[in-house]
Amino acid sequence: MNDTNELVLEVADLHTVFTTPRGVMRAVDGVSMSLRAGETLGIVGESGSGKSVLGRTVMGLIADNATTAVSGSVRIGGHDVHAMKPKDRRKLWGPEVAMVFQDPMTSLNPVKRVGAHITEALRLHLGLNRKDAHERAIDLLRQVFIPEPARRMKQYPHELSGGMRQRVVIAMALACDPKLLIADEPTTALDVTVQKQILDLLASLASQRNMATILISHDLGAVEGRTDRVAVMYGGRTVETSLTSRVFARPAHPYAEALLASIPRIADAPHTVLRAIEGAPPNMLAPPGGCSFAPRCRLAQDRCREEQPQLREMSDGVRGLHAEASHLGACHFPLTEVTERQEVG
Amino acid sequence: MRRIALRAGELLAVLFVVSFGVFAMVTLMPGDPAVAILGEGHPKQDYVDLRQELGLDDPLLTRYWHWLSSAVTGDLGRSLVPPQGDVTDRILGALPVSFQLATMGLLIALVLAVPLAMWSAAHAGGLVDRIISASMFAILSIPSFLAGLLLIMVFANGLGWFPRAQWVRISEDLPANLHHALLPALVIAMMELALFTRILRNDLIVTLNEDYILAARAKGMPPWRIMVTDALRPSSFSLVTLMGISLGRLIGSTVIVEYLFALPGMGSMIVTAANQGDFPLVQGAVLIIALVYVVVNASIDVSYGYLDPRTRRVHA
Amino acid sequence: MRSDKSRARAENRTRTLLVGAALLVAGGAVAGFGWTTPTLVLAGKAVLVLAGLGLIFHGIARLVVGFRGKPVDLLFVLAVVWLIGICVAAVLAPLLPLGEHNDVAKTLVEPTNMAPSLLTDHPLGTNNQGLDLLSRSLHGARTSLAISLLAVTIGTVVGGAIGVMAGYFRKGVDSVVGIFTNALLAVPPLILLITLSTFLDPSLRNMALALSLLTIPSMVRLARANTIAFAQREFVMAARLMGATRFRVMTRELVPNVLLPVCSMAVVMISALIVAEASLSFLGLGIQQPDPTWGNMIAEGEGGAMEDYPHIVLVPGAFLFLTVFSFNLLGEKAQKRWDTRSAKL
Repeated sequence: MNDTNELVLEVADLHTVFTTPRGVMRAVDGVSMSLRAGETLGIVGESGSGKSVLGRTVMGLIADNATTAVSGSVRIGGHDVHAMKPKDRRKLWGPEVAMVFQDPMTSLNPVKRVGAHITEALRLHLGLNRKDAHERAIDLLRQVFIPEPARRMKQYPHELSGGMRQRVVIAMALACDPKLLIADEPTTALDVTVQKQILDLLASLASQRNMATILISHDLGAVEGRTDRVAVMYGGRTVETSLTSRVFARPAHPYAEALLASIPRIADAPHTVLRAIEGAPPNMLAPPGGCSFAPRCRLAQDRCREEQPQLREMSDGVRGLHAEASHLGACHFPLTEVTERQEVG
Repeated sequence: MRRIALRAGELLAVLFVVSFGVFAMVTLMPGDPAVAILGEGHPKQDYVDLRQELGLDDPLLTRYWHWLSSAVTGDLGRSLVPPQGDVTDRILGALPVSFQLATMGLLIALVLAVPLAMWSAAHAGGLVDRIISASMFAILSIPSFLAGLLLIMVFANGLGWFPRAQWVRISEDLPANLHHALLPALVIAMMELALFTRILRNDLIVTLNEDYILAARAKGMPPWRIMVTDALRPSSFSLVTLMGISLGRLIGSTVIVEYLFALPGMGSMIVTAANQGDFPLVQGAVLIIALVYVVVNASIDVSYGYLDPRTRRVHA
Repeated sequence: MRSDKSRARAENRTRTLLVGAALLVAGGAVAGFGWTTPTLVLAGKAVLVLAGLGLIFHGIARLVVGFRGKPVDLLFVLAVVWLIGICVAAVLAPLLPLGEHNDVAKTLVEPTNMAPSLLTDHPLGTNNQGLDLLSRSLHGARTSLAISLLAVTIGTVVGGAIGVMAGYFRKGVDSVVGIFTNALLAVPPLILLITLSTFLDPSLRNMALALSLLTIPSMVRLARANTIAFAQREFVMAARLMGATRFRVMTRELVPNVLLPVCSMAVVMISALIVAEASLSFLGLGIQQPDPTWGNMIAEGEGGAMEDYPHIVLVPGAFLFLTVFSFNLLGEKAQKRWDTRSAKL
């Protein structure tokens, strides 16, 4: 295993279970994944599918406590995040793993200057003095293409536009050169015109730094072309995962297909009716038995409502690739097989 | 700028109404001040002359105008009761004592309230939090004179740690001064402490759920640092507002405490003056207290700009 | 399955009941030990009694949970019981078979400064003139409650009316009212009371009037703020368009909506007024001896009596504390429910 291809993240059978006054909620229900340096993974799903909780549990921001139970393992750079003491875990946050949050309006402290947001991490983790931290912070602002970085350092978050603020949040996350960046819906709260700029910025920064990136989004369009692999989540589980291009070309899970069909395409003929997914995401407090997508699935059969499908290799004809490029899906009747059958019959 | 001018005009109007109200109210007192000054049993003409001399027979508005115009120059008249000192001098002598007590009380309350609230908020719902919250609620229901008596009973009389009914000026002997002021200041601090802790705890809990706190955690900042540098300042708006509102109560408990400990401050002066019907002294003291009150509240308005940079642009 | 659950629940309930009973007994023992052991210093006694009461409280709470199956706000229930009890006792005080409360001539043969002893003629002891403390405390409650309730009623009616008018007419009326309320607020409450006491006889009526002056400014502000908020709502506009007179709009449309927050504020104020009245009597500026109020009873302990006979202060002090505490609890609940805006402060 050489340096550029080092395994940065390994998640095995991760469960995050919240005990709420209204019942037990399995927000993450047995997720496994791995990521190498420089690789980009997209995690997509509707709101409530558990993708944000997954991101926070991977990072260790959500950990075992009175109302939360985390089981399974998360290894970042070889450290078992959930077996560490909180104090040691904090040492990972910054140099090993960092996070970009959804809403730059709320993820910057309104009473703190832009500069302080970035320099405090530099001084804490890298032990820089005030002056060096300041220089480095200006450099970081320049890297995320903020004009007049020295002046911006003295401003307060409310004096910046949404896009600029999200750039600050990214600079803050990159401050200590993390090996893994988790971007949790980084563009959801931004204007459409700014979204693409931010996504492209993240992609280019990741490739410059050979940084592994997890891009969490409800928007398949954001993931397409910017990620190497994609995992589709539904009801706290991975229902399909493979190379991004393969999932987009030939989705196996009906849910992935439905998600794809709901992306508007410029290539579509005018007045094409967008297809929305019928029904609502599952009630996580009382999940249905069997496949959790079955109540909304156009192809559901009796077996789907009784037996929970496990992730398995989808037979879409391409075999023999290494494990990370395989096409896995959790469906009893994947589209890849249904269509084959239909073609035969 | 316009806003500040408007605000200043409003303050002046308020002070004007207060001064007139106090003047009119106290002047309506039953009893003849001339009798109060000379005592009974003098020839009738003496009283008439004195009333003339003091201007007591002029119309109310004329007398108010005289009083106000000399008050602006710092002359608040003379006390009616022996030793009949200059009211301004009496007030200047008493003010530092009250000011020291109130400030010490406020500082003690803040110094204790901030860590207590932070601990409570960081462990919200836990045993310590519930004990702190419950005792703060209980303290709120103990009037300051009762609290003062109980503390005197335990610390001054029972344990003998503190003196009572004595005062040493700061200029004479600082350690002795602090020793004498500590127990009274504690009594003043109690009620404020309970209020401050409650409000700050609740606001901290709200702030700790903000995204930027999560973002600060994700940077690997230690919890205590997040509490101090990230959470405390955005959580202190209500606390600062409350300090303005509770200034009236602070002055009230200072009065009670001075009376209770027989300390030579504004409070005991005003209670004595009220009992003796010494109206120039009451008028002067109330006017000064109202002035302090209004000015402090105005400066609290200004301090929001420091606490919350978002409001700065609006003001400018 | 079902029977298992109900059995588990029954077991749980038995355990809750047992724990509750145990806590109750332990609390009683600790409190009793603290109360009766003569060798302990006062502070030690107080700590033991308080700890015992705490245990008893939790014991009862558990028992209630065990019997009813759901928790109750026991403290709230106790507060309501105390307030009802004290009000009834205060109203009936002249009819109850109590000791003498203000006529020294009748107590020449009574013991003076007698410590509380529950099974004698003077269950809460006597003062230095042999007057019965229970009787004095209940007559004191009569005065305190009468003054405070009267004051709060006057303040609410007058302040509320002025506030609604200021909020509805705005402009000139509003600024004049604003300056007067600010002027009233600029004099600290106790200072205002002391000033008033220089020329008012300390009679019950005058005290109530003076205290009502304290409540007016806050009431005006609250009623004004709520009126402004409601005056912009559609139903007020609708009433005006239908030709309702301004008086009718105010009394039929605005007042009913402003009433709830104003009334919950009134409950909060009662306790402040009780404290203010007690403070004034304590300073010797309120109701005069020999007529008892809690404030002037506590003042009797000053100047030496308290050291030898702490009950002189503690008995009226306890009445004052419990009453103020109960009103505070009630007020907080009322504000949480009906007046979310000012509940925070």
